[in-house]
Amino acid sequence: MNNIQKNRLKDQIFKIWGIGCTLFGLVILFFFIGDILIDGIQRIDWSFITDLPSRKAEKSGIYTALMGSIWILCLTTVIALPIGIAAGIYLEEYSKKGKLSALLEINISNLAGVPSIIYGLLGLEVFVRIMSLGASVLAGSLTLSLLILPIIIVATREAIKAVPTSIKDASYALGASKWQTIWYQILPASSGGILTGVILALSRAVGETAPLIVIGALAYVPFAPSTPMDEFSVLPIQIFNWISRPQHGFIENAAAAIIILLLITFVMNGIAVYFRNKWQKKLK
Amino acid sequence: MTLDKIIDPALKKVPKIEVKDVKVWYSDFNAIKGISMDIKPNTVTAFIGPSGCGKSTFLRLFNRMNDYIDGFKLDGKIKINGDNIYKKKINIEELRKEIGMVFQKPNPFPKSIFDNVAYGLKIQGINDKKFIAERVEKALKQADLWNEVKDDLKKSALSLSGGQQQRLCIARTLAVEPSIILMDEPTSALDPISTAKIEELIFELKEKYTIIIVTHNMQQASRISDYTAFFYLGELIEFDKTKKIFTNPEKQQTENYITGRFG
Ligand SMILES: Nc1ncnc2c1ncn2[C@@H]1O[C@H](COP(=O)(O)OP(=O)(O)O)[C@@H](O)[C@H]1O
Ligand SMILES: [Mg+2]
Repeated sequence: MNNIQKNRLKDQIFKIWGIGCTLFGLVILFFFIGDILIDGIQRIDWSFITDLPSRKAEKSGIYTALMGSIWILCLTTVIALPIGIAAGIYLEEYSKKGKLSALLEINISNLAGVPSIIYGLLGLEVFVRIMSLGASVLAGSLTLSLLILPIIIVATREAIKAVPTSIKDASYALGASKWQTIWYQILPASSGGILTGVILALSRAVGETAPLIVIGALAYVPFAPSTPMDEFSVLPIQIFNWISRPQHGFIENAAAAIIILLLITFVMNGIAVYFRNKWQKKLK
Repeated sequence: MTLDKIIDPALKKVPKIEVKDVKVWYSDFNAIKGISMDIKPNTVTAFIGPSGCGKSTFLRLFNRMNDYIDGFKLDGKIKINGDNIYKKKINIEELRKEIGMVFQKPNPFPKSIFDNVAYGLKIQGINDKKFIAERVEKALKQADLWNEVKDDLKKSALSLSGGQQQRLCIARTLAVEPSIILMDEPTSALDPISTAKIEELIFELKEKYTIIIVTHNMQQASRISDYTAFFYLGELIEFDKTKKIFTNPEKQQTENYITGRFG
């Protein structure tokens, strides 16, 4: 066998290995989703979505948990979006590149990798206890905001970095101020990328359980929250709670709730992919 | 400092540029090593010299586009109509409205043709739609692009050809009505026909504007400029009437460069 043939063989082996690995992940995912669908799909109907939780599995619904998740999602967006984007803009466009900003940069990237339960502990101490917000929607949203801020900041910076310098140059050369250049050129050109990052971050937030359990979110709340100061539950906690019950009916409920949660995250990811594609086309 | 103060209206917008012993560093690297020159109003001045000799760096001093570069440091004075443009009080945005710039690669905004040309007015806070439309038309006519785009001003600027894009960038600069226009190799990314169009344009613009153009193309320099400055390794080797530079240069280095013996 000469060298070329050897390389070809290696190529082939690697290709098959790669395909195998990809399939492995996909098969497991399909198996999991299939299993969930079989368990839960017949449980999903309108009353499952609009019913309050109950001790009887077949009368139980996800209304309070779903509303809790929506509240958390909205409030987290309102808190994390402006702060994250502003921080990203600052770091990319305003801060002097030096040791301090390098340190900041490393820290923010690391923060994105901190286990979420740590954020829960931080939220418990700062928001629930020191700021006495209790186990409220607001405390939960603030905690999750901390969790996803690094992701939004990093995504914002990446999107801003992708804007060609030639466009910034053109704007400055016409007499635009820094703020005008950011507002009229940089943000529109990077909005697709920023939005993608934000949506992915939010879809992570909507699936988080651990930090919310730590701050004291409840598995059972009799009513959906109506103000940010109300107690709340969220879908993942509801699922967690149902799964730990012995009765088979609750397992079905859990599977059905998982389907709803997956649906929400798939839709959010789909939107993110849509924006990314649109954005990439625009920049070309 | 206001616009009127930089550009004396009594002088009919024909400012004089004086450069006095200017040195530039990028961190430790000494990119410009002490250059003095005066540039006359309503002339075209060409900057020539081998790559990396500091032409772009020097050109970008006039509208302070080097300011954002990390490690940039300047020594010496640049005066426009007698005012040092690097003194503390200067309003850089106002300065840049007076001193437009066209870049090497056409860099239209990813917006419509109209919005591209209107941008400079918009950022000045001008809202008068009629006024803006008139200015846009005038600028596009001046840049010799109006006839080609007048029916689809709403079209994306990115759909234009390279040559059209560069003329759009010139129109965008003209719409702000500067008095000095800096051009950094504006035709190096273009085909010969587009290049010829832009050269013609520069010739026409000379009547109203002071133009400084960096070029790698000797023929271009000799065709369109009144004065030519030859740079080498951060120094100004020779600066004279273009005719003199190209027929009877004082320095051997200049002659070697323009006859293609190096660079
Ligand atoms: N942003 C920068 N940082 C550091 N050095 C630079 C920068 N821009 C240019 N230089 C250096 O300064 C010198 C002059 O560059 P430039 O003005 O672009 O030359 P030219 O336009 O004549 O080709 C070159 O040696 C280049 O490497
Ligand atoms: Mg250059």
